[in-house]
Amino acid sequence: MKNQRSGLVYSAPITLWLTLLFVVPTLIVIVYSFLKKGTYGGVEWIFSANGYNFFSSSYFLKVVWNTVEISVAATVITVLIAIPVALYIATSKYKNFLLFLIIVPFWTNFLIRIYSWIALLGNNGLLNKLFIKLGLEPHQFLYNKSAVILVSVYAYLPYAILPLYSAIEKFDFAMIDAARDLGASKMTAYSKTFLPNIKPGIITATLFTFIPALGSYAIPKLVGGNNSQMLGNIIARELTITRNWPKAAAISTILTIVTVAFIFTLSKYDKDHKGGDV
Amino acid sequence: MKQGNIKIDSISKSFDGVEVLKNISFEIKGGEFFSILGGSGCGKTTLLRMIAGFIEADGGAIYLGNEEITHLSPNKRDVNTIFQTYALFPHLTIYENIAFPLRLKKIKDAEIDREVKKYLEMVKLSEHANKYSSQLSGGQKQRVAIARALINKPKVLLLDEPLSALDAKLRQHMLIELDNIHEEVGITFVFVTHDQQEALSVSDRIAVMKDGEVLQIGTPSEIYESPANAYIADFIGETNFIEGEVVEVEDEFGYMESPNYGRIKFELDKDVVVGNHVKLTIRPEKVKVSKSKPRYLDDNDNIFKGKIEEMIYSGFQSKFFVTVEDKLFSAFKQHVDFFEEDAETIHWKDEVYVIWDSADSFLLEVM
Repeated sequence: MKNQRSGLVYSAPITLWLTLLFVVPTLIVIVYSFLKKGTYGGVEWIFSANGYNFFSSSYFLKVVWNTVEISVAATVITVLIAIPVALYIATSKYKNFLLFLIIVPFWTNFLIRIYSWIALLGNNGLLNKLFIKLGLEPHQFLYNKSAVILVSVYAYLPYAILPLYSAIEKFDFAMIDAARDLGASKMTAYSKTFLPNIKPGIITATLFTFIPALGSYAIPKLVGGNNSQMLGNIIARELTITRNWPKAAAISTILTIVTVAFIFTLSKYDKDHKGGDV
Repeated sequence: MKQGNIKIDSISKSFDGVEVLKNISFEIKGGEFFSILGGSGCGKTTLLRMIAGFIEADGGAIYLGNEEITHLSPNKRDVNTIFQTYALFPHLTIYENIAFPLRLKKIKDAEIDREVKKYLEMVKLSEHANKYSSQLSGGQKQRVAIARALINKPKVLLLDEPLSALDAKLRQHMLIELDNIHEEVGITFVFVTHDQQEALSVSDRIAVMKDGEVLQIGTPSEIYESPANAYIADFIGETNFIEGEVVEVEDEFGYMESPNYGRIKFELDKDVVVGNHVKLTIRPEKVKVSKSKPRYLDDNDNIFKGKIEEMIYSGFQSKFFVTVEDKLFSAFKQHVDFFEEDAETIHWKDEVYVIWDSADSFLLEVM
């Protein structure tokens, strides 16, 4: 009993913090989504579900599709790259140095890092200058879905590598030997022992990539084109240009629900078939 | 000959320019409990992993039965391993751990079930089938590893220091269990260990390794009683060494003059001539210590005087360390009677006589 009470006391600051900075703002967004839009932005305190009428818009559905497509592609590619990279780092002699290299990009502002991709791949970028020098046709790399996916993979890769690294570091590689010894080929040994044992790392890496990707704003804004706009961009437009706050709030609410549902499903999957600690 | 015999033929291996195995050749008989014994870095684990297929030899060949397996990958060899850390799969139940090799072979569920239950029974883990390895004790994990390695019915079971993670009592228990299982399945066991007690107690034969070479292969008593050299004598159990120059040679016995112990009689286990420099080993348990000079001395007895430097009482025996000149000589006395009631209690700093039968020493080296 005493322990439970002191637990409440100790968790009070973080509970307060989360309530004030996450729960309350989210509630405000949800409430705003059910209000009437003000003429010049803002809301009028009259109930209205008009914010949610976007489902009939084909443009909106297109953006939803873009968002899902780009996020899924970016996540799959990121995790597929992150697993071998994390495996390499975890088994390397120079793991501390390599981990340091993974963290180095965080020292530069996110936006600047996106802009540097423009400097690299833009129409007058480094790569195109090289193409011209080599006598090749210049190519428009940016302002399409692939560019958004590429830069997203770049941006979220460290977030995927780090949890995978910590899962792989705990993995006992004698298990690979054991599986081989018991008759498994190299591929089978990895898929039957390595992958299931780093599953928590894979799930965390997926969450850490997919969730920020769903809410992307800056990346599609800067390197995407008209056909690769994502929900984040629409929310911003409704808020600042069209000035339809209830609609922006409604899209945000839907996005929040999807994200929470996703986290919930994956973390439940993580707990399934789990037999005690590794 | 039984199947499951292994032939190691001129195997050599280097890591980063360091020779770990130096042109090793020997044979392991089918169905034998064979131990490879040596200190850390002697190459024993490298050799075991080579038989398992995890390390490729630089030169030489390995045969299992009549088949050369030198270049086969681990999954293609009729050999299974018990790893030092057991390497159980934590994401699978005990049942599924043991079923793992059979599932790979895509055997029917009913048959897998029958086999797994049989092996669970054998290692006495039937009621733990649905647990995970994290819920088991060290000894139980060990038994899962044994069942998992045996269910494939390999011709050879390799054991890589399997008892090193267990406490002393459990280690004894598992040794007996391993011995029983060996009896039951009848296949070849190759047991790698640094612990001479483990090797002595279960092996049919032992290979003693040092610095990538096999120094001696023999039965436990051969290795203990007639070690090939001073290193083995010292490595296997405790012993005393006596060096000196041969001064007289008879039919079966010789005499040497030792700078520390004087004139010593010894059995001629090897050919010597007067003038040879020789080294003897005499095991402490074969040496008697006595406060008074024995009334009757056999013609073959060696005797000299020393002073008790150290006494270690350990229940079933006492260890006496006697200084003679500036050398330490050890003698172990088994306490068959009550120690407290021993007629002639020996104390620290006592002057004592050290006695042994010259037939009990072993002539190690003639130089």
